[in-house]
Amino acid sequence: MVEKLLKASVSYYLWLLFLCAVICVCGIVYIDQLLNGLGITGMSRDVSWGLYISQFTYFVGVAASAVMLVLPAYFHHYVKFKKMIIFGEFMAVAAVIMCALFIVVDLGQPQRMLNVLLYPTPNSVMFYDMIVLIGYLLLNIVIGWVTLEAELRDAEPPKWIKPLIYLSILWAFSIHTVTAFLYAGIPGRHYWLTAIMAARFLSSAFCSGPAILLLLLFIVRRLTGFDPGRDAIKTLATIITYAMCINVFFYLLELFTAYYSNIPGHMEPITFLFAGHGGHLAWVSYWMWAAVVMAVGCLVILIPPQLRTSRLLPIALIMLVAATWIDKGLGLLIGGFTPNMFEAFTPYMPTFKECMVALGVYAVGALVLSLLWRIALSVKKETHHFSE
Amino acid sequence: MKTSRRHFLKIAGFSAMALASGLAAAGAAEAQIAPGRYVKRDGMLTAKRWAMVIDTRRFRTEADYAPCIEACQKAHNIPDIHDDRNVKWIWTDTFEHVFPDEMNAHLNTATRSKPYLLLCNHCTNPPCVRVCPTQATYKMEDGIVAMDYHRCIGCRFCMAGCPYGARSFNFVDPRNYLSNPVPNPDFPTRMIGVVEKCNFCVERLAEGKLPACVEAARGAILFGDLEDPNSNVRQALAARFSIRRKPSLGTQPGVYYLI
Amino acid sequence: MYNAKAVILGIVIFVAIFSSPFWTSWIGKDYTNTGVVLPTNEKTCIEDTEFMRANHMRLLNEWRDQALREENREYVSALTGKKFAISLQNTCMKCHNNYAEFCEKCHVANSVYPYCWTCHIIPTEGK
Repeated sequence: MVEKLLKASVSYYLWLLFLCAVICVCGIVYIDQLLNGLGITGMSRDVSWGLYISQFTYFVGVAASAVMLVLPAYFHHYVKFKKMIIFGEFMAVAAVIMCALFIVVDLGQPQRMLNVLLYPTPNSVMFYDMIVLIGYLLLNIVIGWVTLEAELRDAEPPKWIKPLIYLSILWAFSIHTVTAFLYAGIPGRHYWLTAIMAARFLSSAFCSGPAILLLLLFIVRRLTGFDPGRDAIKTLATIITYAMCINVFFYLLELFTAYYSNIPGHMEPITFLFAGHGGHLAWVSYWMWAAVVMAVGCLVILIPPQLRTSRLLPIALIMLVAATWIDKGLGLLIGGFTPNMFEAFTPYMPTFKECMVALGVYAVGALVLSLLWRIALSVKKETHHFSE
Repeated sequence: MKTSRRHFLKIAGFSAMALASGLAAAGAAEAQIAPGRYVKRDGMLTAKRWAMVIDTRRFRTEADYAPCIEACQKAHNIPDIHDDRNVKWIWTDTFEHVFPDEMNAHLNTATRSKPYLLLCNHCTNPPCVRVCPTQATYKMEDGIVAMDYHRCIGCRFCMAGCPYGARSFNFVDPRNYLSNPVPNPDFPTRMIGVVEKCNFCVERLAEGKLPACVEAARGAILFGDLEDPNSNVRQALAARFSIRRKPSLGTQPGVYYLI
Repeated sequence: MYNAKAVILGIVIFVAIFSSPFWTSWIGKDYTNTGVVLPTNEKTCIEDTEFMRANHMRLLNEWRDQALREENREYVSALTGKKFAISLQNTCMKCHNNYAEFCEKCHVANSVYPYCWTCHIIPTEGK
């Protein structure tokens, strides 16, 4: 099926070329980091994880979200999703690759990363995270490829793929649960030490991931004419709405426990995120409030059915993605490290170079996605599964 | 198509098996390489559980702690970096920062206004060891939480895990912040991209010497076996009121502060 | 065959580049030895030369794990029965104190670049 890539429009190749150029430029910045160390980032002794790990966390969620298409289709036989499942699976592949790259760029000694395999350490959550991510990547590549090939041949997918699909559904929950355990099992980091972390991660993943998928499919629809189907979009928007409601609800639960218990350790990170420190708002506070506004804004559009199905849907989805990204991609890490272990405040802001390296990883993700989706779209076109 | 897929799966299965048996063989071949024998060093200091007791009454100002800190920095070639990416094995901070849970607004001035010494607590249940994905950080039988810098991949999970802020990451090349030649040519430096921390002077204990900070403190810091009821640390703890940092986390720190 | 000329030319170029290590070696001078200068103050290393030449890196890895993890900080030689403190810097490098003439000569000749010296200190040069 790879040969489908050879017959594409000039603008598609220009897009690939552009992505490669971005990767090259950002790759040079990464080489700078390799040579001169993580000193080029904004991280410090007190805020020892930053943008890289937060992006990793966010994209584990995006990867896991494919299950929101697969589960209704295979457990509930909701056939209308079948047409776009492949896009969810291929997006998961791109997302897991981005996760792996975000981990690699975060390592101080990346050439030693195989030590995780050479000295397997079952007491470390990182060990399990590696296993579940590699497993999920393989599952989605195999499932996506095999089902797409079957579609191309206009045949039923082979029987052995079914158990793998069921496994991938359970596996999707595991990847984000284990990622939450990276944080939720650490003593002394108040913002992270909460049993609801995994549930929050999953709910935020199950709204933001499908929202990104829908937005990308809207772009694809405009560019190629591929239509995921009105009912499918409607159902997915409903799923997104429920997940976002649960996500906001879980965050409110955190606020209640922190502020009603009045335990300083639990309150301080949240207070810092929203109100800053010493009478001054932190830069992240503006972002956090923007997230609040956008979370409310997207729910206002998403909850009433007539608005949800209206042309406002893409705007709601953009706000949702931005709000969840700020919560998980900025607030989670900064709140976890501020205040620090001495109840003092060390500011963190990603540097330009750090953002460039992250952008490079984003570009790799976009490249993988562009290649895989292009193949999927060609197959859909050839088999006349393009429009309703 | 179908037969070729089956064929592929067969080959894949066989290669996976071959790989697994290869790994098993590699595991079996882990037998000793050197023809000689490995032995413990004569005259090394040993304990069932090393612990430190800091008599805070004998330290009033930063200057009182300075010799201990200097001794450590010299012994371990700790770079002198002056921003929030500094490398700290042993350092001082205020009561409020060292014991946040013990702080109250009306605490007696003497206790509140003094600096306190900070270092790795060498916990009985160290979270850093729990989270390390490569066993680069590990706990030894004598209670010392040690590090193998050769194995550290620099993921900094241990820094997130340590509730005491005892760990430092080499954000920059430490050699650029050290004199040349280094203060202690018998001890290595670290390299860029690895985490480091206090090692309870495990290399000095092996030579029969007390830790550098203990030696420099002239009796104000005690170091001994917590499991031995007659040890200096046990006697000091039996005689005076002592606290530890963040005891509620269950890590069981091995550094005690006499108040 | 389509484009037979181009394909054959491509194969020829590929084979030429692929086999370049062999034919370029005919041009260069013959390898005789690394020119390693052995220490003069001792007759033998901790084990016999053959073993050390083949296994010194594996031995160092084992030394490290024994010293750091097992607290076995001394090594009794099978060759001489002598005891050695386990330390690259303070045992090996005390005899092999000429980095440029010993370690480097052989490592460069064999194109291996171990990064021991980013942490461990080369004695004579001070850094």
